[in-house]
Amino acid sequence: MDILYKIFVDPFVQMGAAPDLLVQTMWEGLVAGVLYALIALGFVLIFKASGVFNFAQGIMVVFAGLTLVGLHEMGVPAFLAVILTLGVMFLIAVAVERVVLRPLVNQPDIILFMATFGITYLLIGIGELIFGGNPKRMIAKELYLPSGSVEFQTLGGFVQLQKIDIAASVIAAIMIAVLAFFFQKTRIGRALRAVADSHKAALSVGISLNQIWVIVWFTAGIVALVTGIMWGARSDVSFALQIIALKALPVLILGGFTSVPGAIVGGLIIGIGEKLGEFYWGPLVGGGIESWLAYFIALGFLLFRPQGLFGEKIIERI
Amino acid sequence: MKTTGRGALRKLLAGAAMIGAVAFGTAATTFEAAAQDNTIYVPLFTYRTGPFAGSGIPIADGMHDYLRMLNERDGGIGGVKIVIEECETGYDTKKGLECYDAVKGKKPVMVNPWSTGITLPLIPRASVDKIPILSMAYGLSASARGDLFPWVFNPPDTYWDGLAMILRHVGDQSGGMDKLKGKKIGYIYFDGGFGKEPIPLFEQLAKDFGFELKLYPVPPGEMQNQSSQWLGVRRDRPDFMVMYGWGAMNPTAIKEAAKVNYPMDKFVSIWWPGEDDIRGTDGAKGFKMLNWHGIGTEFQAIKDIQKHVVDKGLSKAPKDKVGELLYNRGVYNSLLIAEAIATAQKVTGKKVVDGADVRRGLENIDLNEARLKEIGLAGFTGTLKLTCTDHNGHRPAFIQQWDGAKWVKVSDLIEPMRDKVKPALDAAAQDYADKNNWPKRTEPCDKP
Repeated sequence: MDILYKIFVDPFVQMGAAPDLLVQTMWEGLVAGVLYALIALGFVLIFKASGVFNFAQGIMVVFAGLTLVGLHEMGVPAFLAVILTLGVMFLIAVAVERVVLRPLVNQPDIILFMATFGITYLLIGIGELIFGGNPKRMIAKELYLPSGSVEFQTLGGFVQLQKIDIAASVIAAIMIAVLAFFFQKTRIGRALRAVADSHKAALSVGISLNQIWVIVWFTAGIVALVTGIMWGARSDVSFALQIIALKALPVLILGGFTSVPGAIVGGLIIGIGEKLGEFYWGPLVGGGIESWLAYFIALGFLLFRPQGLFGEKIIERI
Repeated sequence: MKTTGRGALRKLLAGAAMIGAVAFGTAATTFEAAAQDNTIYVPLFTYRTGPFAGSGIPIADGMHDYLRMLNERDGGIGGVKIVIEECETGYDTKKGLECYDAVKGKKPVMVNPWSTGITLPLIPRASVDKIPILSMAYGLSASARGDLFPWVFNPPDTYWDGLAMILRHVGDQSGGMDKLKGKKIGYIYFDGGFGKEPIPLFEQLAKDFGFELKLYPVPPGEMQNQSSQWLGVRRDRPDFMVMYGWGAMNPTAIKEAAKVNYPMDKFVSIWWPGEDDIRGTDGAKGFKMLNWHGIGTEFQAIKDIQKHVVDKGLSKAPKDKVGELLYNRGVYNSLLIAEAIATAQKVTGKKVVDGADVRRGLENIDLNEARLKEIGLAGFTGTLKLTCTDHNGHRPAFIQQWDGAKWVKVSDLIEPMRDKVKPALDAAAQDYADKNNWPKRTEPCDKP
């Protein structure tokens, strides 16, 4: 009975006893979730356009962050470094399309998936060769990102919000809105959705697959840069970040591989869910459950919606 | 079967290539054997890449540069050149074991795994392959028992000694060890072999001194995502926090502690954070850690490294990083390597020593004040004497504190709690031996 109490009653008693901590935990989860959603968005964009699960999205986050900081260390002003980093991400997009995607067109999906492994290790190698393996401090102040915190005395205690976390949430929200507008309302966006629906049909009406792939990989690169800046400002830019990027996998399982809203909602559910789980239920098993809890939550959802929350239900007729 | 002219040519070329390859291979083997006759091979397991590179790079540089300095300044050790070869492990146990298999055939005089995770599976192999393991202040604490682990050495302190010294400092801050009763001590740690290592002793000491122990494990994948653990700290309000972190875990933990306004003078780490982990972090002033050696370049041996290695462009370390904490930690590691080789030469009377000789060398290390002065490291660190039964030394260490720009020594030397650590360590060593059907030591002890 004691264990049942600890699992089903005590956490909720704790939530009621210290509502400020509950709000703080949810806020931390929300911020993590927004960043997971951004990473997942990069995966979704590429998956929609080419059916490829881009394993390299995580290292793209690290590479973009390292390039930005590395350029600044070389004496390039911060905002010019951002523009040059975008240029580097564009060159990567062109290179991936020319060297990887184009020669492998019409190959099975698993071949393209494995090719993204190759891109991952290539970017790790190039990154370490150029920038070294040392973690680097993100140039948050130079980019006028806020530091410090605001504290609210409320709910019988206090809730502390880091300004960088607020900025990350706002910037991520703006970015998602811009991307949604871009893909819903612009000509390129419509072309991308056409490619996502059917490559052959898109080709038949004159849409250039190659061009779309470059645009999508470049967009994923922009998302990677924003994520790298935000997560780098919270800790450091290091190769450990690419492991966190794999958190996008349960987000995608949950939200569906083809859905932009799915990536956002999935990110938030995973972010908030894992923080609440670790904080209130983690101590029951000695803590450290965060790394697998995200997958547990995603699998729980899959039992009821195998295609994910917003994924397309595919019916194949025999 | 009909053979065409082109096919015959292909066969001829293939045959010639094979003969060439065999001939080249033989020549290469002969050259290597010849090289081995006049050199001492010291592989260094390092990690300059991956999530732990921030800690691994300065240590790798320090280790390499000290040995390279001996080659450049003295022509090696006892007139024998040291062949230094790095193998990149990425702090990954699997890659570390691959490194071990790759270097094993080259007759290394010892291995330095630089990971508790890599050290543990190598322990049973050391006596079989006759290659001693130097796990300097990491690895299996119980392997300090030389009578049970003749091929493993972990000076100058075990992780258990480190914990005991931190708790002594915490006790001093509280007004005495008896004042720890009823207090709450939090332990944030890397959730792997290294971080889990001191938990049995921590739990024992919690019972002995009557404090409550709170555990905050940080999974390897969450090193840069520690907000949950620090929310737990905010909830539990421990009186003191102890940290065993590595790689990207350390800077993130310090940032998160500052974020939740945890009093930094009550946050004490084991000996692994470096300057890069804390420099520039708002609110980090006051953070404490354990250490046992000097920082800076004012020591003669370090000056020699600058002169003979760094200034000649033979080091991978940036000039301003020479003398930093983890760089000097690497120097300390190589100091032990060099002393073990020099002592082995003295004990055996041989110039070119092998793994078995260096094992004896390690057991006879006697780094006294006179010797430290002789090798240009007077004042760099305390004395160390290893014996046949004591492969660790259990040396005192001190607490240093971050003043916002540099580390400042803030305590006298703190002795480990031998009365507490020794029985626990003996029990753990015996338990390891019983569980693993551990063979009895057959290696004779040298007379002191």
